Amino acid sequence: MPLEARGIGFRYESGQWVLRGVDIKLEPGEIVGLTGPSGLGKTTLARILAGYERPLEGNVELDGNPLPATGYNPVQLVFQHPEKAVNPRWRMCDILTEGWEPNDDLLTSLSIEKGWFSRWPNELSGGELQRFCLARALGPQTRYLIADEITAMLDAITQAQIWHVVLDLVHKRNLGVLVISHDGPLLKRLCNRVTELKSEMG
Amino acid sequence: MSYTDTTINQSHISQLPRLNRRQITVLVMAIAAALLLGVVIGGFLLSNEKLMTNFEERSLSPSIEHPFGTDWLGRDMFARSLKGLTVSLGVGMLASTVSVFFALTLGLAAATMGRTVDGAVTWLVDIFLGLPHIVVLILIAFAMGGGTRGVIIAVAITHWPSLARVIRAEVLQLRTSEYVQLSRRLGRSRWWIATRHLLPHLVPQLLVGLVLLFPHAILHEAAITFLGFGLSPHQPAVGVILSESMRHLSTGQWWLALFPGLSLLVMVRAFDALGDNLRLLIDPHTAQE
Repeated sequence: MPLEARGIGFRYESGQWVLRGVDIKLEPGEIVGLTGPSGLGKTTLARILAGYERPLEGNVELDGNPLPATGYNPVQLVFQHPEKAVNPRWRMCDILTEGWEPNDDLLTSLSIEKGWFSRWPNELSGGELQRFCLARALGPQTRYLIADEITAMLDAITQAQIWHVVLDLVHKRNLGVLVISHDGPLLKRLCNRVTELKSEMG
Repeated sequence: MSYTDTTINQSHISQLPRLNRRQITVLVMAIAAALLLGVVIGGFLLSNEKLMTNFEERSLSPSIEHPFGTDWLGRDMFARSLKGLTVSLGVGMLASTVSVFFALTLGLAAATMGRTVDGAVTWLVDIFLGLPHIVVLILIAFAMGGGTRGVIIAVAITHWPSLARVIRAEVLQLRTSEYVQLSRRLGRSRWWIATRHLLPHLVPQLLVGLVLLFPHAILHEAAITFLGFGLSPHQPAVGVILSESMRHLSTGQWWLALFPGLSLLVMVRAFDALGDNLRLLIDPHTAQE
């Protein structure tokens, strides 16, 4: 039951091709790293894999079927900038429960404090917000997690905490994870294998 | 509350050393609210007797008894101005509310219903913004057969484009924001997203739009009434008063036009200032100035 992208080609409007002929495959319980220079389309690929963009060429399949257009998407994307991924006019409890009701275990393991629930997003730090975003994406129907530089802005301790939670879920729920990062050592520690996105020209 | 009081208040603002935006807004809001209340309550308490002709008091210049003077039929101009303003307020409020409704509907449609609808709405906006306002107003009011209904429809139809553009832009930006796109992936329906994510962002814009459209609506109502295409002459609207008094200006009866015109000006300025300050306060870029 893999998440598989075959021959992905994508460009914005009629500009240059951002991605061309990209293949990537994720098995359940597998942690795959994706790295590569800035501006080569790692985030675009993440958006395509999670169903945010439709590729112009190729297709994304989950268990051999296209991604569902409506309803809870089993492929969840966590963004690089958590402050942009939350509605600034919502309180944290509404943001957290938009897709499902996270249980106390998950909240404790992510060190999310109940006292934060009544706050507004601008009253929390980036790291605190990112933990909310991760909890929001880890609903019971989530089978693949696309993590687009989700710990780039965090200190080492919080990074370690977040990845421990993710690794734990990989073992418990057979979650498949795509880790997008520039952090080589991090990828080496976390991933079963690392794929590098290379420029067509080079 | 009389108008002289508020003019003193307003000149007071410029003398005071630098109030911040919030304080200015509260002050302007108080002035606008006082004016509004004064006109509404004053117009309500006004007996019809005051509006009657009294040939013993024809063409009197302003005095304590008649602060705005009397006209050639001996009617008290203060009472007429007040009545005229209540009519203007009613028409303005109705027209601007309908206008905001148009703007919301068309702005939302343009931003969410695809390229063809967007193109059509943008084209309409450009046309309405490109044509001279007053000509369109007169044509529509005329086609509607004039009168209060014609004026309201004309003003409502011509005042939505600028707000519709703002709403369209706002929704387009919201739709591409990560949290709205994510909401879809969390299984939320379009309707749920529209009411929970989009609408709360639009409410402040709509409020400001309403407050800013209101003085415009009043001014344009007065303008087409002045030109004779608006409210019927037996209604004591400000536009009617002004156009009637034109004939008597050469005889030296300056008070006939000056005071009703001034009161209209003060009213329009107060709400314009209120809307502008609200807009600046809501925009995070200018709120801290």
